[in-house]
Amino acid sequence: METLLSIIFIYIFVDNFVLHRFFGICPFLGVSRKMETAVGMSMAVIFVMTMATMVTWLLNSFVLVRYGLEYLQIVTFILVIASLVQLVETVLRKISPTLYQGLGIFLPLITTNCAVFAVTLLAVRMEFSFVEAIVFAVAASVGFSLALVIMAGIRERMEMAKIPDVLEGSAVTLITAGILSIAFLGFQGMLSL
Amino acid sequence: MEQKNIYIQDLTRGILKENPVFVALLGMCPVLGVTGFLFYGFGMGVATTLVMIGGALLVSTLRNYIPQQIRIPCFIVIIATFVTLVDMSLLAYQPALHEALGVFVPLIVCNCLILGRLEAFSSKRPVLRSVSDGVGAGLGFTLALVLLALVREVFGQGTILGPDPESAIVLFGANYEPIGVFAQPAGAFIALGLLLAGVNLFMKRFNI
Repeated sequence: METLLSIIFIYIFVDNFVLHRFFGICPFLGVSRKMETAVGMSMAVIFVMTMATMVTWLLNSFVLVRYGLEYLQIVTFILVIASLVQLVETVLRKISPTLYQGLGIFLPLITTNCAVFAVTLLAVRMEFSFVEAIVFAVAASVGFSLALVIMAGIRERMEMAKIPDVLEGSAVTLITAGILSIAFLGFQGMLSL
Repeated sequence: MEQKNIYIQDLTRGILKENPVFVALLGMCPVLGVTGFLFYGFGMGVATTLVMIGGALLVSTLRNYIPQQIRIPCFIVIIATFVTLVDMSLLAYQPALHEALGVFVPLIVCNCLILGRLEAFSSKRPVLRSVSDGVGAGLGFTLALVLLALVREVFGQGTILGPDPESAIVLFGANYEPIGVFAQPAGAFIALGLLLAGVNLFMKRFNI
């Protein structure tokens, strides 16, 4: 229980995937312009990350490690993520059109979201047990969502602000992300595994 | 003459005018993640360039055989193969660098710069042009990594060519107190933001 709780706290606040580890920067910069899209993307990431970690963890321990095929990890994991995303998209369209409308457009984008791939790899490399790996995936994706939603809130307000010519666009977004990251620096060293 | 020009154009386009990082904002995770030291940034740039070249070579060779509907999974498998090769070679010849880059080496698979160039360019062009485009995009990416890593190492550590104490050159003498934030993740964002502003200014001034 203690480990599980500390995993949750660490990967949401202390070791935040976006602001401290730099995974998933592309969607963080790409879809944080509006709150609505940010929330949609967050939900899709939480869903896919947890599913992907479950599948790759099982695959890794029962197939790859068992038959000494660890060198195939990169290829297998990325294929699992790509096909899982495709599967989730098809299933969602069939059983829940409303949910599909909300998440649908974000699903293809997730394949190239390195945060998902990083979670599956780290869950294996850090030798988490199955339950720990799932908790880790949920915490990491919630941390990702937290950063994304905060950023979207800030950017919506910044739209009205007057920004110097050369800083406009991505430059000012990155500097804002930096200041946000400084805020998260306050959690540094609070807890470690 | 005309023929040669195309290749040079393909090569130089990616370096400045369509720089993957400064202009297109692609492949940002390693750009921010491994640029604490110049050596790491350069190593990451070279690794990505190698994967880029290998991918461009194979995809453009096979471009008439890869079915249209499943081209993206095919590209991903090709990229993943080269990433595995690079990962193993790094582990064998540069174990310290491999250790420092950590999970960012396998993450080259997800670098949208590579998938983007393969999809937009290599899957439709002949082999030689694709390879020169791959080299160009890789060099542009490496240039961005090296620039950012230089800024971060000089201000954040006060050295060049660290972290190995044998090769590190101390720049400002013993009394220099490094600006800690540049070594921190927050500094990566801020340094890249300022660097982008600088590049914008440069491009506006010289009308590139």
